[in-house]
Amino acid sequence: MTPLLEIRDLHAEIAGGRKIINGMNLTINPGEVHAIMGPNGAGKSTLSYVLSGKPGYEITGGEVIFRGVNLQELSPDERAAQGLFLCFQYPLEIPGVSNMAFLHTAANSQRKKRGEPELTSPELVRKVRELGKQLGIDTDMLKRPVNVGFSGGEKKRNETLQMMLLEPYLSILDEADSGLDIDALKVVSNGVNAMRSPERSMLVITHYQRLLDYIVPDVVHVFAAGRIVHTGGKELALELEATGYAQYQNEAA
Amino acid sequence: MAAVQETVEQVRSIDVDQYKYGFETQIESEKAPKGLSEEVIRFISAKKEEPEWMLDLRLDAYRRWLSMSEPTWARVDFPQIDFQDLYYYSAPKKFKAPKSLDEVDPEILKTYEKLGIPLREQEILAGVEVPEGERPRIAVDAVFDSVSVATTFKEELKAAGVIFMPISEALREHPDLVKKYLGSVVPVTDNFYATLNSAVFSDGSFVYIPPGVRCPMELSTYFRINEKNTGQFERTLIIADKGSYVSYLEGCTAPQRDENQLHAAVVELVVLDDAEIKYSTVQNWYPGDSEGKGGIYNFVTKRGDCRGKNSKISWTQVETGSAITWKYPSCVLRGEGSSGEFYSIAISNGRQQVDSGTKMIHLGKNTTSRIISKGISAGRSNNTYRGLVSAHRKAEGARNFTNCDSLLIGNACGAHTVPYIEAKNPKAQFEHEATTSKISEDMLFYCMQRGLSQEDAVALVVNGFVRDVLQQLPMEFAVEAQKLISISLEGSVG
Repeated sequence: MTPLLEIRDLHAEIAGGRKIINGMNLTINPGEVHAIMGPNGAGKSTLSYVLSGKPGYEITGGEVIFRGVNLQELSPDERAAQGLFLCFQYPLEIPGVSNMAFLHTAANSQRKKRGEPELTSPELVRKVRELGKQLGIDTDMLKRPVNVGFSGGEKKRNETLQMMLLEPYLSILDEADSGLDIDALKVVSNGVNAMRSPERSMLVITHYQRLLDYIVPDVVHVFAAGRIVHTGGKELALELEATGYAQYQNEAA
Repeated sequence: MAAVQETVEQVRSIDVDQYKYGFETQIESEKAPKGLSEEVIRFISAKKEEPEWMLDLRLDAYRRWLSMSEPTWARVDFPQIDFQDLYYYSAPKKFKAPKSLDEVDPEILKTYEKLGIPLREQEILAGVEVPEGERPRIAVDAVFDSVSVATTFKEELKAAGVIFMPISEALREHPDLVKKYLGSVVPVTDNFYATLNSAVFSDGSFVYIPPGVRCPMELSTYFRINEKNTGQFERTLIIADKGSYVSYLEGCTAPQRDENQLHAAVVELVVLDDAEIKYSTVQNWYPGDSEGKGGIYNFVTKRGDCRGKNSKISWTQVETGSAITWKYPSCVLRGEGSSGEFYSIAISNGRQQVDSGTKMIHLGKNTTSRIISKGISAGRSNNTYRGLVSAHRKAEGARNFTNCDSLLIGNACGAHTVPYIEAKNPKAQFEHEATTSKISEDMLFYCMQRGLSQEDAVALVVNGFVRDVLQQLPMEFAVEAQKLISISLEGSVG
C-alpha cells in the first residue's frame, strides 16, 4: 500500500532558530486514524503548522511526502488543494465575510486548482445546509461573519463543517476538543467519524485521552522533545492517562 | 461593463506596476499658452464662448488667487508646484462640439472603449449577457483633458426634463440656471485650489433635475487626463429641485507618466426640499510607480448644500488612485430635517499619500449625518482620515454617527485619524467610533489553509473590511470597485 503521508527524519525550526522538530518519522496509510499525544510544549502544534506550511516554520532536514508529492514544494493553498486540512485549535475571525461566502470561496479555490468544475451557489448552499444540519449549525450561523462572536463550541463545529465540505484526504485535528463541552464534543466527533473511509486518514493531536473515546484511533504515538518516542495501539492512550508523560520525557532527553 | 472585467483579467498578466489605464492616446491638441495669466483666462473663456459675467467671475477669482497661499495643514508631502509651468487648457485639435458620435475623433472613441466606458448608446442598450431592459442604463458625459467629448442619452433625458450636459454648453444654453447656483456652495474664495479652479475651469458636467422628477437612469461623468503637463480643472454642478432624485457616478483615469499631473476639481451639489442626490466616485487616477515617481495630485473640493427641508446628500467614494489625495466631500445641513452621509474606502499603496475625510456641518434643526470611513494602507503609504462634525447654535437635535476604521497591511505604512468635533448646541448628539487593525499573518494563513491563494486571501479580508461601504455603491460599480481593490493591493504582502 502506498502511504498517504510519509515523514522521514524531519527536522524543523521556528524562524529565528528555535529547533522544534527533531528527527521525526511517521507513516500514515490511507484509512488510518493516528493520534499524537504528548506534554505541552513538545512541538505538537508546530508539527501541524510545518505540515500545513505556515510561514515562519522552516524544514531544515528530512522530507514530507503527501500523496506522492514533496510538501515542501507546495504553498499552503496548494497543500490544501492536495487534500490536507488543518482543523485549527484557535480558528481565526474574519470580520465582514459571511461564513457561506467563505465556504464558497474556499471550496471553489480548491476545485479550480485541481482542475475540477466549480460549484454553483445553489449546489453549494444545498450541500452546506445538509452538513450544517448534522452539526447543529443553523442558517443564521452561516450568514454571520466567519467565526466572529462564535462561542468556542460554535467555532469547532464550524471547523468541522469546513472539513466535511472540503473532503480532505488528511485531516489534522489540533486539540479539537479544547473549549468543548461534552455535547459539542459528541457533535464534532460524530462529524469526524462520518468522514472516516478507506481513502481518508486523520492525524489527531491532543494531550487528553478524552477525545480518543469519541474518535477512536488505530495507532497512538507519544511525541516528546520533537519526535515520536513510543508507538502503540489505542490502549496506549489509556496507559498514558494513568502514568503521564514523565517517563517519555526522560527518554527523549 | 464587461469590457472592464476583461481588462482586469488581462492586467494581471502584465508585470509592470498594476495600473491598467496607463496608456497614452496619440492625438493632436490645441493648448492655451503655458502658464497662468489674465490672457490665458480670457483665452479659455473665449474658446468656450462664455457670457461676460462668467469671464468676470473667472478674472475675479484669478486676482484673489494671486493673494492666496497653498494650504499646508494636510499630512502630505510634495515639492512646490510651479503653477506657471502648466498648461491650463488642452483640447483635441479637430475639436468642434460634435453633433453626433460620428464626428468625434476615432482615437478618442477608442480610448474610451479601452477604458470600458460605453459611449455608443446602441452598444449600451445591446447588453451582451444581460437581456435588454434588465441591464441598468447609464448616461455618460466623457471629459477628455479640458473638454467634454460626448454625452449620451441626451434626448431621452430631455424628455424627462433632466438637463445633463457639459457645463460649458450649459453656460450658453441655460445661463440663468448656472448663474443662480454656480459658486453658491463653494464660493470663489473658498480655498486655494477651489479659487484656482474658479479661474480656469474648462469643463465638467451640469445636471438639473426638475421638481418631482426621479432621474430615469444613472448619470455618470468619466474624466481622462491625457496631455502632458496639463492640469485638469473640472467643475461639476448638480441641482436637485424639490422632491427630485438623482444618482450620479464619477470615474477617473490618466496615462502613466513620470511627471506629476495636477487635478483640481470643484463639485457643487444643491438639494432643495425633499430631494436627494447620491454621488459616487470611483477614483483611479494614476498613483505613480512603486517608488513614488509620477502620479496625479488630486486636490479636490466637493461640497453639497442640503438647502431644503428633509433634503439628503449621500457621498460614496472609492479612492485607490492618485499620488496625493486631498479631498473632503462635505455636507452643509441647512434645511430642517436634512441628512448627509459619507461612505468612503480609501486605499493607499506604494508611496501614495491620502488625506481625506468629510465635513458635516449641522445648521438646521433635527439634521442627521452618518460617516463610515474605511482606510487601508499598504506598502510605504500614508493614509489620514480628517473629518469635522459641527453643530451650530440653532442645530437643535442634530445627530451624527461616525465610524472610522483603519487597516494596515505590512510594517512600513501609516494610518492616522484626525476627527474634529464641535457642538455648540447642547441638544446635539455625536457618536464617534474608531478602530485600527492589521491584517495578520495568521488570518491570511487561515484562509490559505482553506485553499485561497495569498492574493485572494488579502482581497477577501479587505473586502470584508470595506463591506459596509461597498453596499452603498450602485450594484455594478460595487463589482468594479471590488476588483479595483484587489488590483490596488496586488503584491502588497509577502
